[in-house]
Amino acid sequence: MIEALESLVLSLADDELIMGHRLAEWIGLGPILEEDIAFASIAQDETGHAQAYYQLLTDLGLETPDRYAFHRPAERFRCAHLVELPNFDYDYGLALVRHFLYDAAEQVRLQALRAGSYDPLAGLAERLLREEKYHWMHATTWLRQLGRSTEEAHLRLRSAMQQLWPYAWMLFEPLPHEEEMVEAGWIPPSTQLRERWLELITPLLREVELEQPEPSAESLLPLQGARAGLRSPYFDALLSELTEVAASEPDAEW
Amino acid sequence: MASLDPRVQRAEPTLWELPDRPLEALEHWPTYEVFVQRTRGAHAQHVGSLHAPTPEMALVLAKEQYARRSQCVALWVVPTEAILWTSAEEEDLFQPATDKSYREPQGYLQSRQRIEQYRDRLKPATS
Repeated sequence: MIEALESLVLSLADDELIMGHRLAEWIGLGPILEEDIAFASIAQDETGHAQAYYQLLTDLGLETPDRYAFHRPAERFRCAHLVELPNFDYDYGLALVRHFLYDAAEQVRLQALRAGSYDPLAGLAERLLREEKYHWMHATTWLRQLGRSTEEAHLRLRSAMQQLWPYAWMLFEPLPHEEEMVEAGWIPPSTQLRERWLELITPLLREVELEQPEPSAESLLPLQGARAGLRSPYFDALLSELTEVAASEPDAEW
Repeated sequence: MASLDPRVQRAEPTLWELPDRPLEALEHWPTYEVFVQRTRGAHAQHVGSLHAPTPEMALVLAKEQYARRSQCVALWVVPTEAILWTSAEEEDLFQPATDKSYREPQGYLQSRQRIEQYRDRLKPATS
């Protein structure tokens, strides 16, 4: 029971923590001041959501949010590889497409959790959906804006979609102990969540001509195991940076 | 592997190339004036401006720009172009030629005090 709960909550929390970190790397580099502020604010929201998820586990007698975020070995993280991907050469098209695909998944997961049987998660989901409403509005407005603008914009969105699509698909890789979660009514099976996610994004992607076919089994193979602790090649560098300050003084109180 | 931290290794910025001619008006994204309504029924207050490519994007950007540090129940954006204003040279429009301090808030307060004094005089003396 507690293993299943930790598996579920860490998958949600770690996605948020690492996504928040990647979004925050854009601070000061956004395309215009106004967007820089909006994107940084979203980064801050996601990091706050991670903390709220970790706190659910702390309340059950597990570790504190700081221990989970800053004092955990890489193999104990449960995030999807989509959020671990670096910002590479800081192409804003790539950043926006990841934000769109990820926040669509958040919409679907949080709505499912809100209707689920585990009250602490259902209550938290209700709260987080308030901020997520803006994230979704931000992501869809940008996608529509750029998807209908110049050929260069469309080309950049298209190549970002192609690069990220298998990673986004794997946001819904089944979780360890998933049967137990589904049986308890906390959350529907991952495959069902993926269907809902596709229903949400397909009309929008069609509208801007960015619809993608189902990824090949071949493209998904190297991405398997993220939810069980298999990290991408980019994770170690990210974690050492994220934990650099905390590691310099492990017993400090913040 | 080289650090991907932009503070350590900055991404090569793509510099926007200035064209070989004077910039046209509105060559940058147009600006919008932003108004927030603090509570339902309150009038909208002007809080500043921002750049955006469309009115929809202006609303999205205004939310984090102007509505994240204090209460807000609704946002308005208006293209700056749509606003007509008086120029600095016309400032004297607002300078009265005679004393009109009675129209200022302080003037109304004085009127109120006079009304109260008058009422007091009308009250029958109680012993």
